[in-house]
Amino acid sequence: MVQEVFHHAIQIDEAKCIGCIHCMRVCPTEAIRIKDGKATIIQERCIDCGQCMRACPAKAFYIEQNDLKMIEQYKYRIALFPAVLIGQFPDKYSEEQIYQAMMDLGFTHMIEVEQPIKVLIDLTREYLREEMIPKPCISTFCPAVVRLIQIKYPALTDNIIPIKAPHDLSAHFIRQALINQGAKKEEIGIFYITPCAAKISAVKSPVGDQPSVVSGVISMNDFYNKLRQIIRKEVTIDTRQQRWHLTREGILWSTSRGESSRFGNRAIAIDGIHSVVKFFDRLENGEVKGFDFLEMRACDQSCAGGILLTGNRFTTTERLEQRSKNYPSYLDKDQDPELDIKSLTASLLIDEIKPHNAFRLDDDISKAMEKMSKAQRIICFLPGIDCGACGAPNCQALAEDMVQGKAKMSDCVFLQQRWENEGRIGTGKAFHNMEKRWGEGRFNADCNKRGRRNEGF
Amino acid sequence: MIELKFRIEGGDFDRAGTASSETKKVLKQLNIDPKVVKRMVVALYEAEVNVAAHAWRGEVTVSVKDHQILAVVKDEGPGIADIGRAMLEGFSTASPKVREMGFGAGMGLPNMKKNADELKVESTPDVGTTVTMIFDF
Repeated sequence: MVQEVFHHAIQIDEAKCIGCIHCMRVCPTEAIRIKDGKATIIQERCIDCGQCMRACPAKAFYIEQNDLKMIEQYKYRIALFPAVLIGQFPDKYSEEQIYQAMMDLGFTHMIEVEQPIKVLIDLTREYLREEMIPKPCISTFCPAVVRLIQIKYPALTDNIIPIKAPHDLSAHFIRQALINQGAKKEEIGIFYITPCAAKISAVKSPVGDQPSVVSGVISMNDFYNKLRQIIRKEVTIDTRQQRWHLTREGILWSTSRGESSRFGNRAIAIDGIHSVVKFFDRLENGEVKGFDFLEMRACDQSCAGGILLTGNRFTTTERLEQRSKNYPSYLDKDQDPELDIKSLTASLLIDEIKPHNAFRLDDDISKAMEKMSKAQRIICFLPGIDCGACGAPNCQALAEDMVQGKAKMSDCVFLQQRWENEGRIGTGKAFHNMEKRWGEGRFNADCNKRGRRNEGF
Repeated sequence: MIELKFRIEGGDFDRAGTASSETKKVLKQLNIDPKVVKRMVVALYEAEVNVAAHAWRGEVTVSVKDHQILAVVKDEGPGIADIGRAMLEGFSTASPKVREMGFGAGMGLPNMKKNADELKVESTPDVGTTVTMIFDF
């Protein structure tokens, strides 16, 4: 099968982009380049981790989402959300109030992503018991991590546990429950309230081949704002039944060590995409040995630090910890007799996670070698300052772009300066080259320049 | 042909792994089968650690040609007295200090043998050791 380019949720609003290099600097996969004074994303390399969004001083990055009005098309309107949504509310708002606010928004059912977590724990444990599987095993929980492995650590795709993430589990779970109660498939609209961009992409183009059962995606910061606007002081609706399946472990699942504390004899939990990258480098070298399970999350403090969360990630984690104490352990909870574990389990299996090396210079190895030799020669001429003024994140990346025909020697401002000094290029021509990269008029003195006035960063 | 060269200092465990990491990056760019890359990187890392643990200094040369990667790790050091025994799993002459750092389990050369398609170890006592590994792709 031909590899499809991944679906991406992160987009750039050109009108807002001021053409600085903050995003390009922080991107863990070197997926951003500046062209004509605007940031552009190399789609193949983007893992939707959201680092660029965090770093952007002009808030030029946005993520696509569905309109909340879309829920009106369905008779059964389900809000599927991770527990961190509750965690970011100030203590004065009870979970009853928050659930009620969601009903006031028009939802008929609310399900926290981590509700039927026992199914996932059992299934994963069963997989981990298998012999012959490559260790350490890595869960699919964080879609940014899964994509990072696919594009940058292709040899590690075998280590990914072929079981879907909790949001798939709960989506199937609620759908099954509603169908059992007599609902028709087309009457059910499941809306995922997402804490990050990566989860959106995972919903729109799942890791395996099967289509997602989620009908739409709503970004958590907008949703949180809406809830804060309509939340009522008095609780008149009893929503306890909606939380029947919730367990202590489930509530903590998306926080750091939520998974690793459940699996394997020796498990590590790592959060923050740059820490994840460093660890994978070591793992691939065979430097890290003896671990059974890795919990890898792209955001600091895991989902509590999701790019679309409004609350502080530390207080969010703490509230979830407090909240979890009010719920039973999954070990003490009876399984819902109506739950069809067998079909639920079947819907969670992934056939194959394919690698997709996004750093290859060419599909053909001998052509790639030619390009590599050429890049190695080019690098001799570049200053090694890694300033980013060429629109690429570092000199090495610029050299690689050049052999791909995506950049020119004259993109390097230092090289141009040398050429001017040697009289090989006129000043006018050199200046024109810079304007081509950064936009016409970009270097004119202007106190009202984009990003200059009252936009200190 | 692509050639990469790296220097290793004896006792510098902090830098050991640089050659394997950098080589890995290049091999991925060349679109070489991930399984071969993995074997190569694991074997090279072991060789690097060996130099750091036993030798005074060394040099890594990786050359990529048509369908073959050649890695030569040449060091100046005490050499290996008995190569036959050094190839046995669990045999190690690493100092207690090196062992304390978590190295010296006696899996270095056996692991290189397991991962490389061909392995050649030449050593002269008090002069040094040259490990040559070939990986086919």
